[in-house]
Amino acid sequence: MDLVAHKLSYKPDDQYHLNEVSFNFKEGNLYTILGRTLSGKTTLLKTIAGLLTPDSGEIEFDGKNFLKVPVWERNVAMVYQQFINYPHLNVFENIAFPLKQRKIDQSVIYEKVMDALKSVGLVGYEKRKIQELSGGQQQRVSLARSLVKNAKILLLDEPLVNLDYKLREQLREEFKNLFSKGLADETILIYSTTDPRETMELNGEVIVLDEGKVLQVGPAKEIFENPNSLKVAEISNDPPMNIIEAKISDNNIKFEGINLEAPQHLSKLTEEDGLKIGLRSSDIELNENGHEFEVELAEISGSETLLHLKRGNTKIIVSIEEVLNFKIHDKIKINFKIDRAYAFHVDGKLASSPFGGLNG
Amino acid sequence: MNKLYIFLKYFFIVVWTVFVVAPFLWALTTSFKDFQSVNGGVTYIPWVDFEPNLEGWKVLIKSPARGGVDIIEPYFNSLFVTCTASLISIILGTLSAYALSRYTFKAGFVKNNDITFFFISQRIMPPIVLSIPFFLFLSSINLLDSLTGLIVVYIVLLMPIAVWIMVDFFNKVPREIDETALIDGCNPYQAFLKVVLPNSIPGLIVAGMFCIIFGWIDFFFAFILTFTEVQLLPVKIVALNSSVTPWWSLSASALVSVAPLIIVAFIVERYLSKGNLSGAIK
Repeated sequence: MDLVAHKLSYKPDDQYHLNEVSFNFKEGNLYTILGRTLSGKTTLLKTIAGLLTPDSGEIEFDGKNFLKVPVWERNVAMVYQQFINYPHLNVFENIAFPLKQRKIDQSVIYEKVMDALKSVGLVGYEKRKIQELSGGQQQRVSLARSLVKNAKILLLDEPLVNLDYKLREQLREEFKNLFSKGLADETILIYSTTDPRETMELNGEVIVLDEGKVLQVGPAKEIFENPNSLKVAEISNDPPMNIIEAKISDNNIKFEGINLEAPQHLSKLTEEDGLKIGLRSSDIELNENGHEFEVELAEISGSETLLHLKRGNTKIIVSIEEVLNFKIHDKIKINFKIDRAYAFHVDGKLASSPFGGLNG
Repeated sequence: MNKLYIFLKYFFIVVWTVFVVAPFLWALTTSFKDFQSVNGGVTYIPWVDFEPNLEGWKVLIKSPARGGVDIIEPYFNSLFVTCTASLISIILGTLSAYALSRYTFKAGFVKNNDITFFFISQRIMPPIVLSIPFFLFLSSINLLDSLTGLIVVYIVLLMPIAVWIMVDFFNKVPREIDETALIDGCNPYQAFLKVVLPNSIPGLIVAGMFCIIFGWIDFFFAFILTFTEVQLLPVKIVALNSSVTPWWSLSASALVSVAPLIIVAFIVERYLSKGNLSGAIK
């Protein structure tokens, strides 16, 4: 049973929330919608759930017009980024709610709810009030309620974004296990996130969304290795990919007085008027014999140091897997792993990638 | 410091308690006095200062033919009108408030907020403005001097309060809760009844309380729209007054008329102290 959308558009004000979004989701697969805040992720999920009606376009599920089916008959499940549960019910009643709505036998409900509780690790919490749970536990209840229905379409709208770092890691791991455990045999899982790392870890089919438009569709690895445009490269990297305005001539990449020999995949490019070179922050290293840059800001996040560097008009971010102390205005020397560089045309399209992707 | 704090705390509690309880005590003792004890100087303690008698209370239940005023019927009239009007106002008000909170209405330049304000504006207007229209309206449909007519008028007065309180309350209930209910298989009516309403009980109680209070204490419309057939308590109490002010029966009727509100207050207080008003919705 496939979920097919054709040119969905939704424009409630003067901005597109969805702009001709089309997709073809197949059962048993995980789809990740990657996009920045306000890119239309939630709108898309709500449209699939039936909470919003698009201005134009069609959705078909199992060959039938999905837009004519009201929300309550669609058999979808959704987990919100805010932990949404029914505050007047306890944990058990919350999870049992969708089943009771279907008038299922009491004993069957009990069994299913207990199973769901087990799969989210909340056994023993049945009688608790929702308000007595931590954020992570509340989100687990919400997840259990969506699992218990055996919905054909499971929508997860940034489910981890409001949790603290440690819980996020933990729950992400549990998600991966859940998703791989055959749950997905006949379910279409749609997961939206702003976090590229989450996308890569979940390793599903990725839809990159920006300002309501689909920019690129492909497996996570493909999006990471061959982003088809500057925008996708920005969205799918955290910290965003460094973009350097450079010129290529005679097999040399030149910017800010630095002259780098072009690697093979860039050597064929001949555009004199300028190119944008994209280089991940992890593809730049400290090197005694490198090029001198000035430190603008050094932030330590976890076991990583993020250096914001500047030379002339070029600003870059370098991430180093070490905790290092730098002062502002320190001069440091760095080396570019130029063989990992991407090149983009002035209009933002990918010109060449180190992984062989080319759609110039 | 700590001792001073405790002292001040109890001091103010005592002052406040005296302030609140004294009128009741005054009314209570006065209701058992006769003409002599009321006018013969300051007296407080029964059997010591004065000889208590039940005359003040008896007047309230004696028929007019035997020199009483008989507030029993007006009392139940008042209870019936207030409760019925409050209940209908709460039901209609809650439904309107939910619609105003969740759906978008637009008729020309009139939008949701304008409709909400229209409801509230009914209470901003001085009641006297409405008195003549109401009088003419009720007389044209033959409901002057009847319980039904009073209930209709009281709904007009009380429903805005319910709408006002409930719109505010529903706006604080996250929309995602309704949406989740829809996704979980409820149609919009079930989502309202099974999920939104149970989470709005605190709001309903507050709205109900205000409706009951405002309905119960209304004198103006009860005075204007009724004559002889139907009388409400506040109007009847005024009829107690005569050339000699009967302090004893006035006190007794004051206590009787405030009793329902005290009962309501106690019930709500029980509910409050169970912590049910807070924490239901973040």
